[in-house]
Amino acid sequence: MNQELLEIRHLHKSYGEHTIIKDLNLTVHKGEVIVVIGPSGCGKSTLLRCINALEPIQDGQICIGGESIHKDDKNISEKRQKIGMVFQSYELFPHKTILDNITLAPVKVQKRKRAEAEKEAIELLGKVGLSGRKDDYPRQLSGGQKQRVAIVRALCMHPEILLLDEITAALDPEMVREVLEVVLDLAKNGSTMIIVTHEMAFAKAIADRVIFLDQGEIVEESTNPKRFFENPETDRAKKFLDNFQYEKN
Amino acid sequence: MQSLGIDVLFKGKNFIRLMGGLWVAVRISLISVVISIVLGLLIGMLMTSGNKILKAVFRIYLEIVRIMPQMVLLFLVYFGTTRVFGWDLEAETSAIFVFSFWGTAEMADLVRGALISIPSIQYESARALGMKESQVFLLVILPQAVRRLIPLSINLITRMIKTTSLVMMIGIVEVLKVAQQIIEANRKASPNAAFGLFGTVFLLYFIICWPVSRLAAYLEKRWA
Repeated sequence: MNQELLEIRHLHKSYGEHTIIKDLNLTVHKGEVIVVIGPSGCGKSTLLRCINALEPIQDGQICIGGESIHKDDKNISEKRQKIGMVFQSYELFPHKTILDNITLAPVKVQKRKRAEAEKEAIELLGKVGLSGRKDDYPRQLSGGQKQRVAIVRALCMHPEILLLDEITAALDPEMVREVLEVVLDLAKNGSTMIIVTHEMAFAKAIADRVIFLDQGEIVEESTNPKRFFENPETDRAKKFLDNFQYEKN
Repeated sequence: MQSLGIDVLFKGKNFIRLMGGLWVAVRISLISVVISIVLGLLIGMLMTSGNKILKAVFRIYLEIVRIMPQMVLLFLVYFGTTRVFGWDLEAETSAIFVFSFWGTAEMADLVRGALISIPSIQYESARALGMKESQVFLLVILPQAVRRLIPLSINLITRMIKTTSLVMMIGIVEVLKVAQQIIEANRKASPNAAFGLFGTVFLLYFIICWPVSRLAAYLEKRWA
């Protein structure tokens, strides 16, 4: 767990005058599960998008496996293959079947043999309980099923790190669990992940390290999620976490 | 009841002549439609590239096409250019030019609309899978755009086919003109031929356009 996989140094991100992330430093080790929480607009999703170089950054450096990554890199598409990303709105390709959604990039981008990619895709689909749906189209699936497919699609590229951007935020409550179980399984098997979420119970269960982000800065960081969620050190984190508590006076 | 004047159709070579005229109309529309689709796709893609000058030029082009009656454009190209520019254009070439000029503008606008209707996060999800920009476009964006494009472009194509009936005004002997000639030639013997002949022309246009619009309905259903 000592090998550094992702290193972010002095990251600065702004849209014009509006600063989203300021001077953010973060090191992620292989096999580590990082959960990023914080109020909406605090820059958590932007952070993930910067790591995947979907957004240009104004200052600082992001290195993945020792290699710097930037939106304008010539071989950016190769570097992105090391990073898997799952979006809140699934973003499956509506014109492709589930199986084709998963195998499109392995076959076209990584030039793997179709038969081999399909075999792996079917295997992974089986693990998330969807082996029977491989010939369906995304529109035939429920939100939770689509999101599980999206996770499989990212996994099939064998990324070194997985970025999960509020992947249960668009789901009905009863579907949240089926998706989060899959993520818990990944964590158990040693996947490196950065997870942005509002599911606090899940965050507490899965995190090796919790990062509380507010106004583009890391306000609190803890390798003891239990303590963080029960007794945060900073007032801002405490105030934020109080939002999730309900009491009837 | 009066005779419907259909008998004229089977006198001498009348039916064969009518079919020959139909082929002229179909040929003009077919060539124009193919040119419009190819150029329309290219220009439509360029429109989404965000170049302001290109956009402005295209806007003006599109407005001209929309405002100007096709017949005026036909006259301008066929009669107007002969002396002023010294172009000796064949009538059919002029017709194909005018129809392609029109079709390309509308097709490009449809392509542009279909492309921008694909949410930008689809691009991002394709990029996140390590696709190159060309792969993002060809494997993910274009196939979705084409599916949205089909019903609208079929509508344009049938409109183009129907409007070829105007080209008789610049002397092209297409199906409608042939029908007129046959009616004229048989005015004495079969004064009711107008109904039978024009009715047949109507039916012929229907036979050409209907399968096209059925195909659109089928594709729309399949790709829904």
